[in-house]
Amino acid sequence: MDLRTLTSLSGVSGNENEVRSAIIKQLESMGIDYECDVMGNVIAKQGNQGPKVMIDAHMDEVGLVITHIEKNGFLRFARVGGIDPRVLVSKRVLVGKDKIPGVIGAKAIHLQERDERSRVIPIDQLFIDIGAESREQAQGKVKPGDYVVFDTEYEELAPGIIKAKALDDRVGCALLLEILKQDWQDVQVYAVFSVQEEIGLRGARVAAFAVEPDMGIALEGTVCADIPGTDKEFQATRLGKGAALSIMDRGSIPNRAMLDQLIKIAESEGIAYQFREATSGGNDAGAIQQAKAGCPVVSVSVPCRYIHTPCSIMSMSDFEAARKLVIKFLESVEGGFRP
Amino acid sequence: MKDLIKRLTETFGPAGSEGPIRELIRKEVEPYVDEIKVDALGNLICLKKGTGGGKKVILDAHMDEIGVIVTHIDENGFLRFSNIGGVSPVVALGQRVYFENGTFGVIGSEKLDDIKDLKLDKLFIDIGATSLEEAAKKVKVGDMAAFYQPAIDLGNRMVAKAMDDRIGCAVVIEALKRLKQTQHDIYAVFAAQEEVGLRGARVAAYGIDPDVGIAFDVTRTGDTPKAHTMEVSLGKGAAIKVKDMSLICHPGLRNYLVKLAEDNDIPYQMEVLERGGTDSGAIQLTRAGVPAGVISIPSRYIHSPSEMVDLGDVEACVKLCVAACESPLDF
Repeated sequence: MDLRTLTSLSGVSGNENEVRSAIIKQLESMGIDYECDVMGNVIAKQGNQGPKVMIDAHMDEVGLVITHIEKNGFLRFARVGGIDPRVLVSKRVLVGKDKIPGVIGAKAIHLQERDERSRVIPIDQLFIDIGAESREQAQGKVKPGDYVVFDTEYEELAPGIIKAKALDDRVGCALLLEILKQDWQDVQVYAVFSVQEEIGLRGARVAAFAVEPDMGIALEGTVCADIPGTDKEFQATRLGKGAALSIMDRGSIPNRAMLDQLIKIAESEGIAYQFREATSGGNDAGAIQQAKAGCPVVSVSVPCRYIHTPCSIMSMSDFEAARKLVIKFLESVEGGFRP
Repeated sequence: MKDLIKRLTETFGPAGSEGPIRELIRKEVEPYVDEIKVDALGNLICLKKGTGGGKKVILDAHMDEIGVIVTHIDENGFLRFSNIGGVSPVVALGQRVYFENGTFGVIGSEKLDDIKDLKLDKLFIDIGATSLEEAAKKVKVGDMAAFYQPAIDLGNRMVAKAMDDRIGCAVVIEALKRLKQTQHDIYAVFAAQEEVGLRGARVAAYGIDPDVGIAFDVTRTGDTPKAHTMEVSLGKGAAIKVKDMSLICHPGLRNYLVKLAEDNDIPYQMEVLERGGTDSGAIQLTRAGVPAGVISIPSRYIHSPSEMVDLGDVEACVKLCVAACESPLDF
């Protein structure tokens, strides 16, 4: 399934249904066995011998949830996952299952006091305007608890350079589906399309408990700040410079043997790679590593500028590098490599 | 014991890079235990079998230490880094660090207009390289370094880097050496990755499925000039933990340890730690729950390269550990 389709789906944490259904449909068309657990994780399996490798990509994205409908029809909301309040004002959104279009509103510059102009508008002063004139009118379309996604069109800005919402982590989902095309035989691939990563790695935690893997790989869309005003040492990753390998983050320290294996493969196969030169943030690898008696993990990511905003940007060349690298790695563990 | 403490504290082992310290401890305990294994996270798990009828007891001491990790190498060969565990920029500035391959470096700072601007991202490591290429021959992004400080013998007290928690390792190793016979299956867990979130102990405890868990770790003291008020002093004995931020110790086990100390004339003090956590916090919440406690070694200047302990306290901790292993643990 292509990134255009995957990123157009709504899947705020806890409401991954659209993404899950699409992925299940894809798995069925590929003839791959899968299960869906109580949290909503999709766990697909290929291969019946060799080490158990859990490869995880989370289906959920950051977004908003409606908390209250005002008398005059405006919608109040809360964040789901980490969103900088500065990116919200005047963005287009889609509310609820029926994707009711709306706009996150605020006072125009003409009407702002001097000190208002220089400060960030707090979340509790923001609202969504769906054009309703009253609570009753709004209630006909939306209700508290409805999820909200950014209304962003997928576009190829330049050859191979993609703009979309939710690249974190639909890019991982797309990678994982590509990896499953290999029809693995001598390695037990447990492909986990997980839920609720953005609010605390909750899906992966229970999936890893059930799978009890020998090793884990998290596939991610990760931070990339190769942008004006950011010194090289704080850029974390660079667009177009290859698959990003984590060195450590708040959730896990990668297993050294697995990391060295990835580096060795990238170098011998001529696959572009870079290190994720930051230790902030965390991903499902942290939960996988801690399941039951533990397992070694690594994270392989595609750099995405502006993640956790309505528009992120990635390079298909990095996607391709990550795809090749993980496939070659899995080939190298076939038959029982134990890191 | 002093020699053991010196060797333990001077060995390399930041969280996630515990290889050298694990090998040292393995050699040290091999003659005194029946089985040794290393699990998926790098925990060293050593079983000393009991005579039967006893419990499965974890004695945990984490072998990892705080340190730094290289995040970027600039064109002039300077290394930018991030912290592994709690590293204060104030403590880090001017320190020497070393890598597992023997490369040394010193921590320098950008020009600061105000000392309040001193943050880790203003600091860098200088390994004496003059270019990216030269630096890359010795160090790569993701490599970890430990603080470099030789241990000093002050008589009845010792100062070293990584007393947190190599002194806990020393206590457990020495207890294994002295322990002649016990009814319990003693699982000495030299845990990995405590400093980044009790990660080693969590999975080790799951794998062992113990009946009782006791961690041995350093605790703070309140006995230095204008210190934060705390009823723990260097030299006043083993500290029996009541609580910290990671757990409230099992009251039955806690009181049992107090009684053991009193019955065996082992000096002890009660510890309430307001900040910080220990592996017992992870052990306690394993599976359906495990009664867990902590015997702490009072230590000054924790998370600095000069952590100080009192050898009388260390001896008290060893004795209390041995007494606990030899007791029925029927609290």
